[in-house]
Amino acid sequence: MRAAHRRHPGYLAFLAHRLSGLALALFLPFHFLFLATAIEGEAALEGALAWTANPLAKLAEWGLVTLLALHLALGLRVLAIEFLPWRGPLRLWVGLGGGAALATGLLFLAALGR
Amino acid sequence: MAEAAACGGRMLEVRIWRGRDDGAFVSYEVPARANQTVLDVVTWVQRHLEPTLAYRFACRVGVCGSCAMTVNGRPRWTCRTHVGRLAGDGPLAIEPLRNLPRIRDLVCDLEPFFTRWQRAGGRFVATSTRRDPLPRIAPDSEARRAVDAGIECINCAVCHAACDVVAWRPEYLGPAPLNRAWTLVNDIRHGAREETLDRVRGDAGCHACHSQMSCSEFCPVGIAPTAAIAGLKRASLRHLLGRRDE
Ligand code: HEM
Ligand code: SF4
Ligand code: SF4
Ligand code: FES
Repeated sequence: MRAAHRRHPGYLAFLAHRLSGLALALFLPFHFLFLATAIEGEAALEGALAWTANPLAKLAEWGLVTLLALHLALGLRVLAIEFLPWRGPLRLWVGLGGGAALATGLLFLAALGR
Repeated sequence: MAEAAACGGRMLEVRIWRGRDDGAFVSYEVPARANQTVLDVVTWVQRHLEPTLAYRFACRVGVCGSCAMTVNGRPRWTCRTHVGRLAGDGPLAIEPLRNLPRIRDLVCDLEPFFTRWQRAGGRFVATSTRRDPLPRIAPDSEARRAVDAGIECINCAVCHAACDVVAWRPEYLGPAPLNRAWTLVNDIRHGAREETLDRVRGDAGCHACHSQMSCSEFCPVGIAPTAAIAGLKRASLRHLLGRRDE
């Protein structure tokens, strides 16, 4: 019963957006550190690239692509709510429908691309 | 007379908030009826068990906006919420609205809510008198339809209670005042449209909204303040870009 006022698609979309945004923000410094190994010479980069072959790293990568896709789709949802003209009773279509569809689409693309 | 409609002596278990912030839920047994609103339940408790129970209502038909409470964790107008519709929720739990100072039992102080209406420039400024001809507004114009979508607000504060941004940022104007401001910004008879827009463009205004949509989810009359706030965000952006055509 606690926080029952939050149990609806709009709020869940907001929550997913914020959590994915924060997770991405946490990840970014590591991403840059990783790229920075290139400056230290080819060997360092090769070493780092070899590390990405391990399944855990693959899983983490997949998670990141997913998070980005989710964050992007939900970001588009926010932009749709704010910039497309809509009014009257809830048009969750604009929100979750579009967001979820796009997220799934992007996830599939990401999965196919590898 | 009401006893005739009683549901075969079945009793409802109800938990009602008593006291102020440091109060507690108290359980009551209320006869179940075939047709019964949450407000009926509260009234029955006050008439038969707890004469000192404080709560607010006036019209009982969803017009005045004074009966809003938190019912099983959700903000609702209690006079139009049938107990039968909440059956899946388990025993009824009735509390005052969120995000407002509590006075006693189910009664909140609405002053912070109405203060925001003023801060948001929600007061209509007349530009003509009754002797002037009525302005002509095309019913299907964009502005008129924007006004229509938000004008039936009953000031019940359900949206205010539902919104987490209101809970997080005490200075945030909140959904209903912003919805009101949007109806005025679109009302060509309003004499202070620029000023109203200026008042809601600030940090604690429309741009603080994260489009969580709780307001639109719970507004009992089906208004979508999120849409109004989105309109204000667009108007504010246009203003920033220097276009004042609308
Ligand atoms: C990897 C880089 C990114 C990071 C670290 C990031 C992070 C964040 C964070 C922390 C928020 C705050 C969420 C909130 O206000 O509740 C946010 C909001 C937002 N992000 Fe991102 N984001 C990234 C990429 C993107 C992309 C690619 C888009 C593309 C559409 C996007 C669109 C948005 C939008 C529209 C908001 C506003 C949400 C709101 O008002 O609640 N972001 N982002
Ligand atoms: S859409 Fe904006 S005003 Fe409405 S509940 Fe969400 S954050 Fe609050
Ligand atoms: S917008 Fe809806 S929920 Fe908010 S005060 Fe008006 S009628 Fe109540
Ligand atoms: S008592 Fe008037 S709206 Fe519920």
